[in-house]
Amino acid sequence: MTIKHKHEHNKIKQTKIGANMAKSAKVVVVTSGKGGVGKTTTSASFATGLALRGFKTVVIDFDIGLRNLDLIMGCERRVVYDFVNVINGEATLYQAMIKDKSCDNLFLLAAAQTKDKDALTEEGVERVINELKQEFDYIVCDSPAGIEKGAFMALYFADEALVVTNPEVSSVRDSDRILGILASKSKRAVNGEEKVKEHMVVTRYNPERVESGDMLSIDDIKDILRIPVLGVVPESKDVLQASNTGTPAINLHGTNVSEAYIDIVARFLGEDKPMRFTTVEKKGLLKRIFGGN
Amino acid sequence: MSLLELLFGKKKTSASVAKERLQIILAHERANLNDNQDNTPSWLPDLQAELLAVIAKYIKIDQDALKVNLEKRDNLELLEINVMLPEKEEE
Repeated sequence: MTIKHKHEHNKIKQTKIGANMAKSAKVVVVTSGKGGVGKTTTSASFATGLALRGFKTVVIDFDIGLRNLDLIMGCERRVVYDFVNVINGEATLYQAMIKDKSCDNLFLLAAAQTKDKDALTEEGVERVINELKQEFDYIVCDSPAGIEKGAFMALYFADEALVVTNPEVSSVRDSDRILGILASKSKRAVNGEEKVKEHMVVTRYNPERVESGDMLSIDDIKDILRIPVLGVVPESKDVLQASNTGTPAINLHGTNVSEAYIDIVARFLGEDKPMRFTTVEKKGLLKRIFGGN
Repeated sequence: MSLLELLFGKKKTSASVAKERLQIILAHERANLNDNQDNTPSWLPDLQAELLAVIAKYIKIDQDALKVNLEKRDNLELLEINVMLPEKEEE
């Protein structure tokens, strides 16, 4: 897998230098089932990370009626047209896409704030995604919570999936449900093509609590969900800091969260990065014998 | 967990309880989802229609007089077929 990814990486770089050849765009859904686990935070940082690595990336907010990715990315005041406007032919893609303020390769397509979620038709979404594929290397789909139309449309066209999971029972169960839907209801599954490549992103991880037996460990979650872990984002106050200021967390340079997302993007692109932020710093010998923190 | 706790045993951590509960419930849910979203296998309506056709060849029964139900309990599946015969007409 590693080698394949690297190969594709090179290919994309070449088409950029070459003429207007069709790009081998990839559609990546960021999904979870459960709400509040970090899908939008992950979408914003993952898309930013891909763009910083030189890939032309667009991130689409599928949460119709509950637009939020624009706030997390800090471009809420520049939304004029949205995804549903484009589907309905009320605006062109180029009118609706918002260029990120700090990164030239990154664009956002905001969710509609007023229309209902039935506005997402399969034909409409497919048409927009196909059009984006002509122009972009990566199309990141930020899924809404739940398993209704919006979440289904976000994952339907996916080539790969980032399943965002918290080390907590309801989140793990909902992730399992979403994995089931990816395996049976996605376009790839329906057409009998090669299955959607699944990656787990564990967020809000707290190694201290894992060590004391109060929190599911990465290995526990891996045992249960049986998909590879792309990365672990530690629980951190920096995530709130990032959303307060409309800065994708990956741009808070020097923080653990930023480093974790940089690693996640690197591993996604096929690089071999050892896991970080999964263990507590070593305790002294006495503490190891008698316990206590 | 300290070494002493590991050596002499201690009550289960809440994380290990969580893992056990998840493994049990997910095994159950995955088994159910293998068929259909609403737990009815796709062949059930066909079975019902064909059974009804066969019975109707011999007995005059209503469309809704035949109930087919599939139940799953732990490691056992129970196919329940219920046919309501018409009451004897008074002569």
